[in-house]
Amino acid sequence: MNEELIISGRENLGVDPQLHIWHWPIPLYLFLGGLAAGVLFFAALYYLLGKEDEFRTAVRRVPFVAPIALVIGLAALFIDLRHKAFFWQLYTTIRLESPMSWGAWTLLVITTASFIWCALHIREFFPDWDWKFSWLKELEVFFNKHKKPLAWVILIFAVITGVYTGILLSAFNARPLWNTSVLGPLFLASGLSAGAATIVLSSKNSRERLLFTKIDLIILGVELFLIVHMFMGFLASTQVQIEAAGLFLGGPYTMVFWIFVVVLGIIIPAVLDLMELRGFHIPAVVPGILVLLGSLMFRFIFVFAGQVSRWLY
Amino acid sequence: MRYAMAVDTKKCVGCSDCVVACQTENDVPIGYCRDWVVEVVDGTYPQLEIEIRSERCNQCDNPPCVRCCPTGASHIVEGGVVMVKPNRCIGCGACIASCPYDARYPHPKGYVDKCTFCIHRVRQGMQPACVAVCPTKCMYFGDLDDPNSDVSKVLKKRKHKTLIPEAGTKPQLYFLI
Repeated sequence: MNEELIISGRENLGVDPQLHIWHWPIPLYLFLGGLAAGVLFFAALYYLLGKEDEFRTAVRRVPFVAPIALVIGLAALFIDLRHKAFFWQLYTTIRLESPMSWGAWTLLVITTASFIWCALHIREFFPDWDWKFSWLKELEVFFNKHKKPLAWVILIFAVITGVYTGILLSAFNARPLWNTSVLGPLFLASGLSAGAATIVLSSKNSRERLLFTKIDLIILGVELFLIVHMFMGFLASTQVQIEAAGLFLGGPYTMVFWIFVVVLGIIIPAVLDLMELRGFHIPAVVPGILVLLGSLMFRFIFVFAGQVSRWLY
Repeated sequence: MRYAMAVDTKKCVGCSDCVVACQTENDVPIGYCRDWVVEVVDGTYPQLEIEIRSERCNQCDNPPCVRCCPTGASHIVEGGVVMVKPNRCIGCGACIASCPYDARYPHPKGYVDKCTFCIHRVRQGMQPACVAVCPTKCMYFGDLDDPNSDVSKVLKKRKHKTLIPEAGTKPQLYFLI
């Protein structure tokens, strides 16, 4: 028997008896950031491919999800800060070693760019929109003229946003569950599939729905591969990572992860997507909502389980 | 200059005087602590072995908390001591999650707080509060670059270990075994 106890009675709030320093706002933000990244990625991509009119919903309408998601996400991040009055210190320095630092700057760029993108397409929803002030009208003309570079900025920063939400966690070697480089691509894939699902949910054009159903199916496949890949990596690694994987392989997070994330969030929507492509009529809302919920659950489970995983000590 | 501390696990009796001394010296808020005492019991009765360790921030040479801090609030001062600037800290908690030793905690005022090796005392030529107060004199503090410092001498003489060196943090809190 080997028993290790803190006998001086340490009860640091948020750290003892088990680390729980990041609460619900962090996974909520990670989901919303990923969703915004996915939505903006497809909008910019199909604009740059010259398919703006063909995939109108993806390029012009669905991007309106992004600024809303980002603003709610930023509010969630702000709520989670404990020294709120000093939040501006994030923008007094760029620390390349810290994923959170370049995440903060990336968010500044992508949020601004998403607002501009939506402003350029505001007439999709309000055909008689008038900017009222001449300088706003001039700004609109300016950005319309430079829409291509704007789309490139959005495309690149959407990928950075999607990846960084994963790297943010994978940079912590103190939490073995997070400490895997698969997490960056996995979070990006999860964000992209959430984006594609949102487009399928919103589009009324059958060609567009078909394309994004196909895209969603491919990304779900990639996600499943990355999850299997991640567990293979854990099980072939050190004792701490074997134990971290154990949280999902018989441990307390087993049911919730495999049922809500893998089965309901990936496998069932993938099967439904496949049936849709084979000619069955599946209401788009079912796989769409399942993918979004799976993506959200994935963030919650990973952020909470990661804080449980630790070094043998 | 490289400050380090060594704790003699054979001499420590786990009285927690170091914890109280730290809380008093550094005005640590009630219910929190910057150092703590761990007791490891190994074996089954009557073949029992015990190890008692007074633990705190390991003042790592490769500190993950400094690396992940988005504002530079976590920084390294003389002797490799890791410190937090409260007026730069946004309380995001990244450093707390990054520490494999769970040595940091969120101060009720919002910023993150941790052991400083009592650098304010060391600068005046005194020992850290926990070392100074230890009734069994089981703690040694000093500069590793100075061969005549208490810590250098005892580390030369005794077998020792650090905690979780495999985390790559290069901890500077040594335990004499």
